[in-house]
Amino acid sequence: MHKEKQSLIFEITKEGRIGYSLPELDVPAVELDDLLPEGYKREEPAELPEVSELDIMRHYTALSNRNHGIDSGFYPLGSCTMKYNPKINESVARYPGFAHIHPLQDESTVQGAMELMYDLQTHLEEITGMDCMTLQPAAGAHGEWTALMMIRAFHEANGDHHRTKVIVPDSAHGTNPASATVAGYDTVTVKTNEKGLVDLEDLKSVVGDDTAALMLTNPNTLGLFEEDIVEMAKIVHDVGGKLYYDGANLNAVMAKSRPGDMGFDAVHLNLHKTFTGPHGGGGPGSGPVGVHKDLIPFLPKPVLVKEDDVFKFDYDRPQSIGRVKPFYGNFGINVRAYTYIRSMGPDGLKAATEYAVLNANYMMRKLEPHFELPYKQHCKHEFVISGSRQKKLGVRTLDMAKRLLDFGFHPPTVYFPLNVEEGMMIEPTETESKETLDSFIDAMIQIAKEVEEDPEVVQTAPHTTVVSRLDETRAARKPVLRYTKES
Amino acid sequence: MKHRYIPMTETDRKEMLETIGVSSVDELFEAIPEAVRFKGDYNIKKAKSESALTKELMQLAAKNADTTRYASFLGAGVYDHYKPIIVDHVISRSEFYTAYTPYQPEFSQGELQAIFEFQTMICELTGMDISNSSMYDGGTSLAEAAMLAAGHTKRKKILISETVHPEAIDTVKTYAKGQSVEVVTIPRKDGVTDIEKLESLMDDSTAAVLVQYPNFFGQIEDIEKMGEITHAAKGLFVVSSNPLALGILTPPGKLGADIAVGDAQPFGVPEAFGGPHIGYFAVTKKLMRKLPGRLVGETVDEDGKRGYVLTLQAREQHIRRDKATSNICSNQALIALAASVAMTGLGKVGTQEMAYQNIVKTRYAKEAFEKEGFNVLSNQAHFNEIVVDLKVPVKEVNDYLFEREIIGGYDLGLKFGELKNHALIAVTEQRTKEEIDALVEYTALCVQEMEALNA
Repeated sequence: MHKEKQSLIFEITKEGRIGYSLPELDVPAVELDDLLPEGYKREEPAELPEVSELDIMRHYTALSNRNHGIDSGFYPLGSCTMKYNPKINESVARYPGFAHIHPLQDESTVQGAMELMYDLQTHLEEITGMDCMTLQPAAGAHGEWTALMMIRAFHEANGDHHRTKVIVPDSAHGTNPASATVAGYDTVTVKTNEKGLVDLEDLKSVVGDDTAALMLTNPNTLGLFEEDIVEMAKIVHDVGGKLYYDGANLNAVMAKSRPGDMGFDAVHLNLHKTFTGPHGGGGPGSGPVGVHKDLIPFLPKPVLVKEDDVFKFDYDRPQSIGRVKPFYGNFGINVRAYTYIRSMGPDGLKAATEYAVLNANYMMRKLEPHFELPYKQHCKHEFVISGSRQKKLGVRTLDMAKRLLDFGFHPPTVYFPLNVEEGMMIEPTETESKETLDSFIDAMIQIAKEVEEDPEVVQTAPHTTVVSRLDETRAARKPVLRYTKES
Repeated sequence: MKHRYIPMTETDRKEMLETIGVSSVDELFEAIPEAVRFKGDYNIKKAKSESALTKELMQLAAKNADTTRYASFLGAGVYDHYKPIIVDHVISRSEFYTAYTPYQPEFSQGELQAIFEFQTMICELTGMDISNSSMYDGGTSLAEAAMLAAGHTKRKKILISETVHPEAIDTVKTYAKGQSVEVVTIPRKDGVTDIEKLESLMDDSTAAVLVQYPNFFGQIEDIEKMGEITHAAKGLFVVSSNPLALGILTPPGKLGADIAVGDAQPFGVPEAFGGPHIGYFAVTKKLMRKLPGRLVGETVDEDGKRGYVLTLQAREQHIRRDKATSNICSNQALIALAASVAMTGLGKVGTQEMAYQNIVKTRYAKEAFEKEGFNVLSNQAHFNEIVVDLKVPVKEVNDYLFEREIIGGYDLGLKFGELKNHALIAVTEQRTKEEIDALVEYTALCVQEMEALNA
């Protein structure tokens, strides 16, 4: 990474430079004043940059050099499944027949795209054990809300208007309670027990005839499989509630256990995680939702169907919750996920899960002597350690995370889940080599040693990045959210 | 099994199992109860080699009629525009596309600065004070704007013009259902919002009025007037805009918008069968703390050096959990980067020129259709779309055009009963005079042939 001052694109702009090549205007020019109503012709132009093509490439290349991706190095960000993003996916998504087709073209002219979507749905149905899949939701949180809206429609169709509560474990992703709120539900929290799993007694005490659903991640955000899942499903179903599966951690259980078989009624997947989306610096994602047959009538419309080898969008869905977004989802991401699944096959997906879990357990056992490990059982694809021991010596998890940057590693997810003090959630994924895992383990052990011997080096980290620690308080107190030209 | 994405060797595996203290990988899965354990293999297609798979998928892609081979006059919210070639080169840099949300700012300055620049460009185009870092697309962005307004005003009714994209209206309705907000459609008159109806529907329970500029039919409405009506009843005014059009149109920020939303797909983003596209969301200063999604702010590091961080996160789901007003987490960061590169390439002058070409070429098409005796319904000023009465079923004309390597306009009869036989024709800078002439000529020929058949 380069340390010199980085200009904003607006600071290298110079009047008279251009970076485009528009088609020539081959129809007669007309005065804008003759075409626009009074007051609607823009008076002040938008101050966009004026730069040459090389200026642009240098600018963005410099920015990319100040960014860390999976291709730059290890990225064990827990719950985000930062696995390798295959290059074939990128090529396929750019084929003109996938990238340059319009969503409102006549269906007969886009049968190839619809076939891909249909086949992806079929594959995801098998992978999750669900009866039907929609690809419409744009991301995981969007999928959560979509599924909750379907569950709500299901209850209302049954005349069940008194179900106002969604149960969420205290270890859940923040999107779970937020999605529940946006779907019009109140959230009830269920506690985690001393084994790091949902406390069954507490669950029994919070369910009732006002329960609309339980949202669960399995394995949970501690990386632990909810081994009482069968009983939990029974508890929720017995009171008439539905079971919702947050698929953020599906990478831990492919070909080992399917949400549909565990008793879940609805599932969302994060195709940008388990199925190599890629992550794009924060998106786009794709959040397909799979449902048990009870919920099929409520799927967002249109529903993609196959009739006599012809693919069709079915809009005649009287009980549908409606649209959750224009068109049919983040198709480009779905193409990438499909390409990944077809590159892996059934053996490859199973191996992905097995190595993801093997790698996580290996790291966990190697780190166990050096950090507090709140839950000792085998983990799945990720695990959470606590920096509580180091905190007693005056070094916080945040400091250790920043110190990892000096070793060239992206830190784990920190301070999450909320029920672990000074938590660090580590997810190595299956695409990393043992050498990489070992070098990360060595760095962690060295940092633990530094905490004991030279805490300042950790407390003042990072030392090698393009900027040192940034003042987040100032950013929030005096928000500067855009560039303004100095006058 | 061996796979190019999985680097562990047999030796590695053995050593690791030994370290863990188990004899097989299966032992690591013992917490999964027998009753829900999946046995055997998924019944899905077997893996294919790289060459075999690319060949298969290339053939599948070739089954679709793409806009690199066909001259497309289909718009309706998604457009075939000039995409500077550099866009794809920048977003293909894997430091960008293989990163995730910039949670560790010291390691993500590139992404953060790129988003900060995106926010600035959206503010410039829309004339608004503050822009977030992106939403899923224009439709969900509009829906979130409606929900923001309902929450902010504590009112439970949304008025949405019938001239807004129909799929965006549907999306708003779904979101509104979740929040128990009522959505009322304002009827249209001559292809624009019926302002008298808006006045009569407006009351003190109205949280917001949602309009589109240019509207779904390509027309430019009296946005300012509608903003005044909205504000008189203390509602929020939400304007959904094609940001390219704002290159030459007075921006929503100058016309009274409290919230400006839309989709920046016209800036360098392929149609991609409807997504991923790139929603934007911009507000006035007073709504800053109500904004959904991620925001990047400028700050300094310990040495006083300028840097960027995610900021005002107290608004967001991972902090507020069930108190959050939006659940958005992943957004469309990479597509925001693509749009930024296109906006940078086009720049101050190119954006105006490209917008100008759209309006003039559409004007040319309008006159050409009129010369051939077609009734063009767009009496008001238009941007890059017009409504043409084809007098015969649009599907018939489009099939005829398709055989001549033209993708025709959107069949408005599919959504609007009274607009049977009417097509929404989009003309971007990409369409040559020759292609426009061919569209008009073949449409006329097709209609003649059909009328002759029916005579």
